[in-house]
Amino acid sequence: MRDIAIISLGQTDHARARTDVNDVEMLMPVLAGALEGANITKDRVDFVCSGSSDYLAGQGFSFVTTLDGFGPWPPISESHVDMDGAWAIYEAWVKMQTGHVDISLVYAYGKSSPGDIRRVMSRQLDPYYTAPLWADPISLAAIQARSGLEAGAFTEEQMAEVVAASRRNARANPHAQLSGDVEPGALLDEDYFVSPLHKHDCPPVTDGAGAVILAAGDVARELSDRPAWIRGFDHRIEPNALGVRDLTTSVSTRLAGEKAGAGRVDLAELHAPFSHQEIILAESLGLGGDVSVNPSGGALAANPIMAAGLIRLGEAATRISRGEADRAIGHATSGVCLQQNLVCVLEGE
Amino acid sequence: MSDITLPSRLDGVEMVRSIRTPARLDYDYMPGLAPSRFLQGVARKKLLGQRCPLCRKVYVPARGCCPTDGVAIDEEVELAHVGTVTSFCVVNVQFYGQAMELPYVSALILLDGSDIPLMHLIQEVDAHDVHMGQRVEAVWVPDEEIGPTLESIKYFRPTGEPDADWETYKDNV
Repeated sequence: MRDIAIISLGQTDHARARTDVNDVEMLMPVLAGALEGANITKDRVDFVCSGSSDYLAGQGFSFVTTLDGFGPWPPISESHVDMDGAWAIYEAWVKMQTGHVDISLVYAYGKSSPGDIRRVMSRQLDPYYTAPLWADPISLAAIQARSGLEAGAFTEEQMAEVVAASRRNARANPHAQLSGDVEPGALLDEDYFVSPLHKHDCPPVTDGAGAVILAAGDVARELSDRPAWIRGFDHRIEPNALGVRDLTTSVSTRLAGEKAGAGRVDLAELHAPFSHQEIILAESLGLGGDVSVNPSGGALAANPIMAAGLIRLGEAATRISRGEADRAIGHATSGVCLQQNLVCVLEGE
Repeated sequence: MSDITLPSRLDGVEMVRSIRTPARLDYDYMPGLAPSRFLQGVARKKLLGQRCPLCRKVYVPARGCCPTDGVAIDEEVELAHVGTVTSFCVVNVQFYGQAMELPYVSALILLDGSDIPLMHLIQEVDAHDVHMGQRVEAVWVPDEEIGPTLESIKYFRPTGEPDADWETYKDNV
């Protein structure tokens, strides 16, 4: 396999609603930030790949207009996935294995504010049985949390501790939307939102974007003092029908972790939009108590849909490049109740 | 599908041929900074373009970004209400929601001072007399009906000037 590394991350200061800018205006500074982070200009980029969903913008082919933010002239090699940008990183990594691409720019963006996000997200369900019920992702996550609580997989106290840790870690993340010092006990005293979930167990509604630069071999060494090398990369999907899955665990995450050769790591950025999902993911990846989980605050601190997974990989890579970790997992999820999961194993030299 | 055999216990079950599951999603569309400035200009009966600081091209309507260079553009340029037809089509087919009488002409119009054509309608001329290079001018709705929408321009119509020289619009066809 060819050595490929993540060498730069750019992201927005995530916010509840960026009504001041359109998607391309939101994205431009992020792309510039990722390029600046790698100390390159766009003419050195061989391949551009992006992740987004037109359902969020409510506009067909909205991803084509945001490509303007890169400036696709002279004509460029480009691709797009209707998935979180973490899967766009995966596509770029595969493309770079061919040897024809040395530098890729991968970006993802999502504004949840234009539509009613709980209704919008219900459209990812099967169109015959579940979508007509307008089952929204929070209610479905609540079913998952209830299953886990009843099965003894975790407790409400543990869920509150996840939230408190996310808020505490996010204090050091200038891009976070939610941060601060909160006591787990005080969180448990709050009213339920969709029982057994409190509002703080759910992700914030976020408008935001992220971008990373990938570079191969000696190009990565030239551009970064400590590239975060991709040592393993895998993604797995479970059935769409909720009834056939065991929601209290994540088989697809466990398999992806094994196939990616996760092994022992000292840091993990887990894309867990809901508090109980971080517990499920950590258990499925066999993370011990010594692993630093979500030092950025994770998706509970900011959840730009379609970009939150890409940002997890970028946050993990950034910490390796800064020397704060040697081997890390970047994880992304998609679908309802952790249906699909991606694991990227990153390592510094 | 013909070679699939259903279990005999399903004999006589009437097939569901289709189902209807109506779905409606409502959005608040946010034009953003650059389109807002363009649309506010239209509401004041002005056509505002934006010039790229690198390639110097003037885009109208602008989205806040030069699609060639990928950089933010904020230099505003007021454009003429006259331009040149760079390409067009004669619409003869009725379709759902159509408000225009057939036949009518949709055209790309390169406003004087801009570098990218704007799409609009051509009226007050026989559809078969519309041609590339034709000089046209904007016809606005009455002042009291003007708002932040391109519908504030009813259509464009020929000015009667001589046709524009091919060299002036050859890069925009």
